[in-house]
Amino acid sequence: MEEILSQDNSCLAPEELKQEILHKYPVKIARKRAKQIIINKVNDNDVPEIQANVRTIPGIISQRGCCYAGCKGVVLGPTRDIINLTHGPIGCGFYSWLTRRNQTMPKNEKDHNFMTYCFSTDMQEEQIIFGGEKKLKAAIQEAYDIFKPKAIAIFSTCPVGLIGDDVHSVAREMKAKLGINIFAFSCEGYKGVSQSAGHHIANNGIFTHVIGKDDTIREGDYKINLLGEYNIGGDAFEIERLFEKCGITLISTFSGNSSIDQFANAHTADLNLIMCHRSINYVGDMMEKKYGIPWLKINFIGAEATAKSLRKIAQYYGDEKLIDKVESVITEEMPFVEKAINEIKPKTSGKRAMLFVGGSRAHHYQELFKELGMGTISAGYEFAHRDDYEGRKVLPNIVVDADSRNIEELNILPDETRYRPRKNEETIEELKVHGVPIKDYEGMMPTMDENSMIIDDISQYETEKLIEFYKPDIFCAGIKEKYIVQKFGIPMKQLHSYDYGGPYAGFKGAVNFYKEIDRMVNSKVWKYLKAPWQIKTELVAKYVWE
Amino acid sequence: MLLRHTTDKIVERHALTVNPAKTCQPIGAMYASLGIRGCIPHSHGSQGCYAYHRSTLTRHYKEPVIAATSSFTEGSSVFGGQANLIQAIDNLFTIYSPEVIAVHTTCLSETIGDDIPQIVKKAEAEGKIPKGKYIIHTNTPSYVGSHVTGFSNMTKSMVDYLSQGNGHKEKCINIIPGFVEPSDMEEIKRITSELGIKSIVFPDTSNVLNGPMTGKYKMFPKGGVTVEDLKKTGCSIGTLALGRLASGAAARALDTKCKVPCELLDLPIGLEATDTFIDTLRQVAGVHVPDSINIERGQLLDIICDMHQYFYGKKVGLVGDPDQLISLSKFLISIDMWPVHIVTGTPGKKFEKRIREITKDSPYKVNVKQSGDMFLFHQWIKNEPVDLLIGNTYVKYIARDEDIPFVRFGFPILDRVGHSFFPTVGYRGGMRLLEKILDALLDRKDRDSSETEFELVM
Repeated sequence: MEEILSQDNSCLAPEELKQEILHKYPVKIARKRAKQIIINKVNDNDVPEIQANVRTIPGIISQRGCCYAGCKGVVLGPTRDIINLTHGPIGCGFYSWLTRRNQTMPKNEKDHNFMTYCFSTDMQEEQIIFGGEKKLKAAIQEAYDIFKPKAIAIFSTCPVGLIGDDVHSVAREMKAKLGINIFAFSCEGYKGVSQSAGHHIANNGIFTHVIGKDDTIREGDYKINLLGEYNIGGDAFEIERLFEKCGITLISTFSGNSSIDQFANAHTADLNLIMCHRSINYVGDMMEKKYGIPWLKINFIGAEATAKSLRKIAQYYGDEKLIDKVESVITEEMPFVEKAINEIKPKTSGKRAMLFVGGSRAHHYQELFKELGMGTISAGYEFAHRDDYEGRKVLPNIVVDADSRNIEELNILPDETRYRPRKNEETIEELKVHGVPIKDYEGMMPTMDENSMIIDDISQYETEKLIEFYKPDIFCAGIKEKYIVQKFGIPMKQLHSYDYGGPYAGFKGAVNFYKEIDRMVNSKVWKYLKAPWQIKTELVAKYVWE
Repeated sequence: MLLRHTTDKIVERHALTVNPAKTCQPIGAMYASLGIRGCIPHSHGSQGCYAYHRSTLTRHYKEPVIAATSSFTEGSSVFGGQANLIQAIDNLFTIYSPEVIAVHTTCLSETIGDDIPQIVKKAEAEGKIPKGKYIIHTNTPSYVGSHVTGFSNMTKSMVDYLSQGNGHKEKCINIIPGFVEPSDMEEIKRITSELGIKSIVFPDTSNVLNGPMTGKYKMFPKGGVTVEDLKKTGCSIGTLALGRLASGAAARALDTKCKVPCELLDLPIGLEATDTFIDTLRQVAGVHVPDSINIERGQLLDIICDMHQYFYGKKVGLVGDPDQLISLSKFLISIDMWPVHIVTGTPGKKFEKRIREITKDSPYKVNVKQSGDMFLFHQWIKNEPVDLLIGNTYVKYIARDEDIPFVRFGFPILDRVGHSFFPTVGYRGGMRLLEKILDALLDRKDRDSSETEFELVM
């Protein structure tokens, strides 16, 4: 890996590059960004401190979106049988309509599936002046009359918060009137500093209004919830396939290929698996406190990571039958993966990637690149907090600032009837010793190389400098960055939408990803960037005019 | 069925919009701003707005879309966004050095009432605006109008801030091309120069949002109307505004401010609207129409004539923006097709009236709605099926469910390419539109015909 890091074409050391980047900024901005651009140093899991989850600097051109996007778009968006009603002017609802490509599979033709619909109150000036509650109530009534949904979720956009519409009381009133579950989210775009605030608000809402509402005990030996997996490109389908093959019963996924009934029943599971630590770790904690379900950080991105995660689940249950089953499934699946790797790795080995996405993907996808023999020279998150970088051990040291304080923290107590500790403290400690890190996450930085550059909330300018300096073989980010990076002549893989490919989770997904990266880094197109006359510019005249 | 909950029973709705046929003002303003060379559009509000607008424009054009934001947090929402905007201005000029920052508001900054000119003045007093650089602004509350309104407002602001008259008139015509593709703006420039007319087209996103792949990224590509040219618009002999809704306001403002007379025309989509455009150009500039243009016109007529049997009597459903739909409806009728369901999300009083006039000879009942949505549009189709659908990418769900041939046209087109490179305005654009319509109809005919009826020649 040292070699991969030192392949750059310039003689600047990372620290010098950092200084060069900061040099361009006004002094105050440079001071702030300096804390968010970190040269990695790993020493027994000890990593440097990075500043994260702080306000975006106006005018730097960041990758970030807003609270509403995190709440409606990310967390509630993939749940097919809820009417997600955006209360606000039309834009927010329009932009979050189908663009996160959450695939879903209702059981039959008649089941509710509102995924292809966009519901909005389309607020007009009149409602901004005189209040929008009346229109919201009417919209809920109309939605109920036409669609007869099981539940309606209401999402507040910026102006709703400003004019003070009480969406929660409207929800309560209409819930009483219509007799279906109706709940609201104060997820105005200006809350918090990124999408992360919206995830938190969404999860708190589901936790308060839905989880624990259905006590039906489903049959199955090893009952789990999958948290923080949003089924982009069908990832959840591949993970579901593996669970089924292993005999693991999936009670609910938060929230990909999900339904509100699954959420309501989630508290009956015996283990919570956390994929995206950022968007949902607190739900794991809250479910543990209230229902006694421990959580385990897993990662189904990468074949090795998938095998490892399945083994951890089996070890958690400690049941020989499950342990054997998981081993046999891995043995069965791996030849397919190995065949692909043997073909592809020689073509990808030694190449260098950069990842600037989301709040966990920038970590997870490094596993897949490793399997391809590729190194990650720089990475960072769009909306993570310090623990996602440095590990949960820093949680007690994170200073809560005003922007985070505005996001409600639920005060959770054990449920009087439903609390049932699935494992006692002793067993949990024992599992930890045996490599099953219950309730722990080490973060991204400890697994990255020395001298790799970690950048929180990367700006457009920093992206350009990184590309010019390192000339990576592939860059991973989102749609806004896609064509900017590509114009540099560098392949750019979208890791939010997968460029409409996928799945990339699990074993089959890993193979899809290997093929995709091979296609991208070895595409012929990059060789044609210059025309023949731009490569060989001297002109030999055939016609000579006197 | 992807839209399984859409039934043919139409229930009056007053409060609920389902599957909108419009989006909000700021994205239109952002698109217009990108048509100025060296300009960074700036969204004054929380950062979700600009992220969404950049994403949608990027998906539609498959090109870099640069913009900035004031990144409001709760504090700025309460105390106002002045500090954020001043900091953004300072950062943008220091880091990216644009020629122009084009600020548009959002529902957030509009509701709290931030006074942009006052903030800009303060930034100027604090020395945050380098000499020779500009900040222009427009108000684009998202709860008024639609993306078309936003486009119109920002285009008008170009006039308000930059156009200058000096009493002299240059032999030059301003053309405001409307909310159309970069390819359309390019085609409008080509037609104008074919007629030998000097023109200033603004905004102009050609070579900005349909740029080449070179291995070099340029934040400010060589396309776009220059500030210098925008200033000169006040000295042109006349202005042609294409599309009343998107371009009318700027043209009228230019008339008021610099006494440049204007003519408001329909977007030159299809035969008659292009005829009017070229005839007006000819008369305003006092030039003869060259044969090259006559040939193009004849070629378009040739296709209509050759393939008329496949157009004749077909019923069409249309979703889109008012300016486009008016010209498109006229075009379809000129080739003997009948638009029967027409929806735009954009509010406005004149649209329904115009469409009623255009379709007055229709043998069918024509459903038309402004401030409508695609849910209603779909319900109309269930009640009265059509042979062809024309609209943006979201219409593909209806097309699939109802198994109707579909041509992508309008904004946004997220799942196909071509719109940013190949125009639909002018005679050549008309030819491309007809090609697409024929492809859709004939592919369906091929698919549906029995083996006995399967034709080699069509």
